[in-house]
Amino acid sequence: MKPTRRPPPQAEHGSIVFRALGWLLLAAVVVAPIASGNGYLLTIAIFIGIHAIIAIGLGLLMGYAGQVSLGHAAFYGLGAYTTAILTTKAGIPPLGAMAAGIVLTAVVAVLLGAPTLRLHGHYLAMFTLGLGIIVQIIFNQARGLTGGFGGLMGIPPLGVGYWQLDTKPEFYIAVIAVLTVTILLANNLVHSRIGRALRALHESELAAALSGVDVARYKLLVFVISAMLASVAGSLYAHLLRFVSPDPFGFAFSVELLIMVVAGGARSVWGPVAGAALLTILGEVIAKTGEQIPWVADLDVILFGAVLTAVVIFLPQGLISLTSRLRRRSPTAPSTV
Amino acid sequence: MSLTDQLVQYLVTGVSIGVVYGVVGLGLTIIYNATGIINFAQGEFVMLGGMGAVALVNVGLPLPVAVAVAVAVVTGVGLAVERLAIRPLPATSIMTLIIATIGVSLVLKGGAKLLWGREAVILPPFSGTQPVRIGTAGIDPQRLWVMAVAVLSVIGVQSFFRYTLTGKAMQACAINRAAAQLVGININRMVSLSFALSAVVAALAGVVLTPVTMMRYSQGTTFTLTGFLAAVVGGLGNSLGAVVGGIMLGLLESLAGGFIDPLTGGMVSSGYNKAIALAVALLILWLRPQGLLGRQKKEAL
Repeated sequence: MKPTRRPPPQAEHGSIVFRALGWLLLAAVVVAPIASGNGYLLTIAIFIGIHAIIAIGLGLLMGYAGQVSLGHAAFYGLGAYTTAILTTKAGIPPLGAMAAGIVLTAVVAVLLGAPTLRLHGHYLAMFTLGLGIIVQIIFNQARGLTGGFGGLMGIPPLGVGYWQLDTKPEFYIAVIAVLTVTILLANNLVHSRIGRALRALHESELAAALSGVDVARYKLLVFVISAMLASVAGSLYAHLLRFVSPDPFGFAFSVELLIMVVAGGARSVWGPVAGAALLTILGEVIAKTGEQIPWVADLDVILFGAVLTAVVIFLPQGLISLTSRLRRRSPTAPSTV
Repeated sequence: MSLTDQLVQYLVTGVSIGVVYGVVGLGLTIIYNATGIINFAQGEFVMLGGMGAVALVNVGLPLPVAVAVAVAVVTGVGLAVERLAIRPLPATSIMTLIIATIGVSLVLKGGAKLLWGREAVILPPFSGTQPVRIGTAGIDPQRLWVMAVAVLSVIGVQSFFRYTLTGKAMQACAINRAAAQLVGININRMVSLSFALSAVVAALAGVVLTPVTMMRYSQGTTFTLTGFLAAVVGGLGNSLGAVVGGIMLGLLESLAGGFIDPLTGGMVSSGYNKAIALAVALLILWLRPQGLLGRQKKEAL
């Protein structure tokens, strides 16, 4: 059973008010971590931003190309490790290293996606899962390059020449800037010719192909873009912590990214952002509580699984779909159902 | 130890771990044939079988009883998964099904973590630790148990499909769902049964493997991935192919672990053995997506 698509909402009464309120709220949420002057809050906000960048890319892949990747943590890791290795061992400046990471990740994504995206079904999911496990083994084993289990230290701050982002608020602003560009890019993609083709593809691959859409090429394009976004996020991560180790880039994080997208809603650019905020905060709350009450720390996996299963069954369009319900129910907006 | 003894050792290790991958692949194939679902929680059934048996032995049950109860409980879990998480799904796109079974796998994994902690647990070997001699090489008897149980599982599943009416009805579902329904086969029952059957073989594999490799709550994912690769390398849908694929992967892993370090003069460490096996499997699929034993299927269009 396919959900019927509602036509895009026309300029309704009250929708302007609703929108303005939404933007105001968003601005408040973005400014709050800096205004609070609380370093811990700021760190969490930075992580939400970094996770959101990856989740938006994965959301494009899932919501528009109808494919699942279980290896996005590996692309994230490739970005982080390329930055770490090139800046510490080759003395390459941060932006150069970041660009190298993007290129490397894109190449890996093309090699992986080109043969698998022509096939239907589970192949991309399993190939990316396999890639994730292989990359994880390499991070742990290639000690000369990656520092193995202990990781790599001494990554310089992000910056160009005189401009060094070595304080947290500066870094936060940079992450928000990258996130904003990502959102604009994703929105453009969704509303472009490619986006329309992808939506057609989601409705019926056969019909899309018959009307001249090169299905495999568009899917590959989205997959490569999403991998590149993950790589950028990885480079940001490396500059934030100035340290990388294999652990954060394993299968568990690939699944967390998947939950962010599904919980938030893959069919909207804002869905994955909301999902990233939700999961990051939930993970942090569990970890913090677990420091006091040890058994709570072990709740993470089962809770994430419950969220994922429940959303798929009860709210298949994700949490973001609640806002459009809210909008439809709000008294100022006449119901168009 | 001579080189041949070493080789025998690695071969036995490889085949015994490979048949487990094969049995996981077999379980995936059973569900895939009945429903078109790749069950990402299949590896969790293996893990639950092993860890469940350990928990039951720890409360004082004799080993054979613990094994039987563990397998029965995991079968119940398999049925519950289908009923509670798969049947209520509002949409049945491949993506939704993948996500739902991943959700289930997390719930099972998280449940095991909560119940039994993060440490690896071990089960006593079924028939002692005295090595069985083959020539001059000594073989861990538990590995023979693993192989025997795997072979019996494969024979059992094959005979079920070939010689029982229910088995034939399940195959009919796989071939043409609508037609099967028209001749009066209860599809829902067949789907439930496929989850139960694949949970049984997975749990059995987990139970016999635990004395050899120990078991940890987080191990399911690797079993699912390797089992899937075994199934697709063998040709997805072909249950014997899954076992052949599994043995191939197990052998690659074990031989790479044994010989890659000396062969490359220490350039590539033996820690890469799993990565090498996975990479070879992915390469095979890259070149031949229908698998080694699978037939070329024409895509729509």
